[in-house]
Amino acid sequence: MPPIADALTPDGLAAPVGLRAKDLLSIGDLSAEEMYLILDTAEAMKEVGTRSIKKVPALRGRTVVNLFFEASTRTRTSFEVAQKRLSADTINIAASGLSVVKGESLADTVRNLEAMAPDIIVVRHQSAGAGHLVARLCRARVINAGDGMHEHPTQALLDALTIRERKGTIKGLKVSIIGDLLHSRVFRSNVQLLQVLGADVSVCGPATMMLPDMARLGVRATTSIDEAVEGADVVMLLRIQLERMSGYFFPSLREYFQLFGMTPERLRRAKPDAIIMHPGPMNRGVEIASAVADGPYSVILEQVANGVAVRMAVLYLLADEPQG
Amino acid sequence: MHVVMAADQVARSITRIAHEVVERHRTLDNLALIGIRTRGVPIARRLAAGLHDIAGTTVPTGVLDITLYRDDLMRHAVGPQPVLRKTDIDFSIDERRILLVDDVLYTGRTIRAALDALIDFGRPGAIELAVLVDRGHRELPIKADYVGKNVPTSLSESVQVRLVEVEGLDEVVIKDASDS
Repeated sequence: MPPIADALTPDGLAAPVGLRAKDLLSIGDLSAEEMYLILDTAEAMKEVGTRSIKKVPALRGRTVVNLFFEASTRTRTSFEVAQKRLSADTINIAASGLSVVKGESLADTVRNLEAMAPDIIVVRHQSAGAGHLVARLCRARVINAGDGMHEHPTQALLDALTIRERKGTIKGLKVSIIGDLLHSRVFRSNVQLLQVLGADVSVCGPATMMLPDMARLGVRATTSIDEAVEGADVVMLLRIQLERMSGYFFPSLREYFQLFGMTPERLRRAKPDAIIMHPGPMNRGVEIASAVADGPYSVILEQVANGVAVRMAVLYLLADEPQG
Repeated sequence: MHVVMAADQVARSITRIAHEVVERHRTLDNLALIGIRTRGVPIARRLAAGLHDIAGTTVPTGVLDITLYRDDLMRHAVGPQPVLRKTDIDFSIDERRILLVDDVLYTGRTIRAALDALIDFGRPGAIELAVLVDRGHRELPIKADYVGKNVPTSLSESVQVRLVEVEGLDEVVIKDASDS
C-alpha cells in the first residue's frame, strides 16, 4: 500500500494550503510551492470532469464575472465551464456588449461591476496591466486571462500540468519555445514558470521577434529552428499574432513556414518521446504543419482539457480565503 | 496529551467492526467500502482485509475527498483547508450498500458533506457509517452504525488518530488546547 503523502508534492516540496496573493495577475505572484499546489489541486479537479454529474458545490453562491475585452473562444469557454463545474454563478460580459463602445473607461466599467459585489472577476484586455488596474479598483479577486503582450498565467499553468502529466516532472526538462516571442503573453508567463520549476528553456524565432533582453530572462536564444529542436523534451509553438503586429516582421507567411514552421522532418531532432504543444488557435501551415498538429506527439487537445482543471483549481484556491 | 487507544486496541477495534459488519449483513456481495480522506482510507482498507479474512469476500473499496463539499469554505472553522485530493470510486454505487469509513466522528459535518458527495455519484441502496472514534459534540442529526471506541471529550480538546500508513504508527491521542 503506498503511503498517503498529503503533505508532499511529487517533486518533494512541502505544500502550502492556500495562495498568499489576493489575485492571480502574473506568474511572478506565485512561489514554486504555490505552483505545485495549483497543479496538485487541478489534478484532483480532473476527476470531477469524469463523473456523470460534472458538478461540485464548492463555489455555490459565489458570483464570477468574465470580463472579456478581447476575442476569445478557448479561454472564455474554459473559464465558464470551470465556474459551472464549481457551481458558481457566472456573468459574461463580452466586448460587443460593453459600455466601452459607448465611451466608458475601463475604470468606470469596473467600478460599476464592483457595486454589484462579484467575488471574482476574470479579465482579458488588449492592454498590458489591465488586470492590475482592475485589481486595484475592487475588492473582488481578479484573475488575469490575458493582458495584451504581458501575461496569461492560467495558460502557463495548464501547460505545466500537461508537461507534468506526460513527463512526470518539469525539473531538468529541455523545453524549446518557438515562434512569435515578442507579441506573446503565453511566452512571458511560461518562461517564468518553467524557470521557477527548474526546466532548461531555450527560445527560437525570427530576430525581429526576439525580446531585446533575452539574456536577462536567462534563456538561450537562437534563430535556427534545428538547433532549438535538438534534443528537446518539449516543443512549445507560439502563434503568429498578425493582429498585434505593427509593421513588417518577416517577408511572408510562406517564408516564415520555410524557416520556422514545425514539420515532421524537423521534429526528428527532438527526443523520441518529445511532446508538441500549442496554446491555440493554430495557424496551420504557418507555425505548425498539420502532420505535426494532428500527429502522435501532439498534446494540444490535452492542453485544452487541462485548461478547465487548472482554472477550477485557481478559482477554488482564490475563493478559499476570506476577502480582506 | 494522553493515549486513549494504543496500536493493539486500534487493531482489535477494526477487527471487531469487521465482525459486526458480517453479523449485520446476510451477504457481503452487495457491500462496498468508501474511506473518507485522509485517514478513513487506510481504515477502510484494513476493514476490507478483515472482511476478507472472516467471510472470504473481497469487498470493493473506494476513496472519497469531501473538500469540495465542505460547508466551511471561507470560514476556517477547524484550521486551514486541507489540500484537495482525488476521489477514486471505480465501481458503480447504484443500489449498493455503502459503508462510509472515517477516523473521528465529531460535529457530523464531514459526514453530511460525504453523503452529499456520494449522492452525486449515484443512488446507493443504503449508506452506513463506521468510525474508529466517536468523540461526541454532534451538530447534525448523524449517528455511526459501527464505533471503534466512544471517547468523551471537551470542546477544548482535539482527538488525533495516527495510522501506520500515514504517520508510521497506530495510536489515538487526546490533546488539550494548552498542549503545544
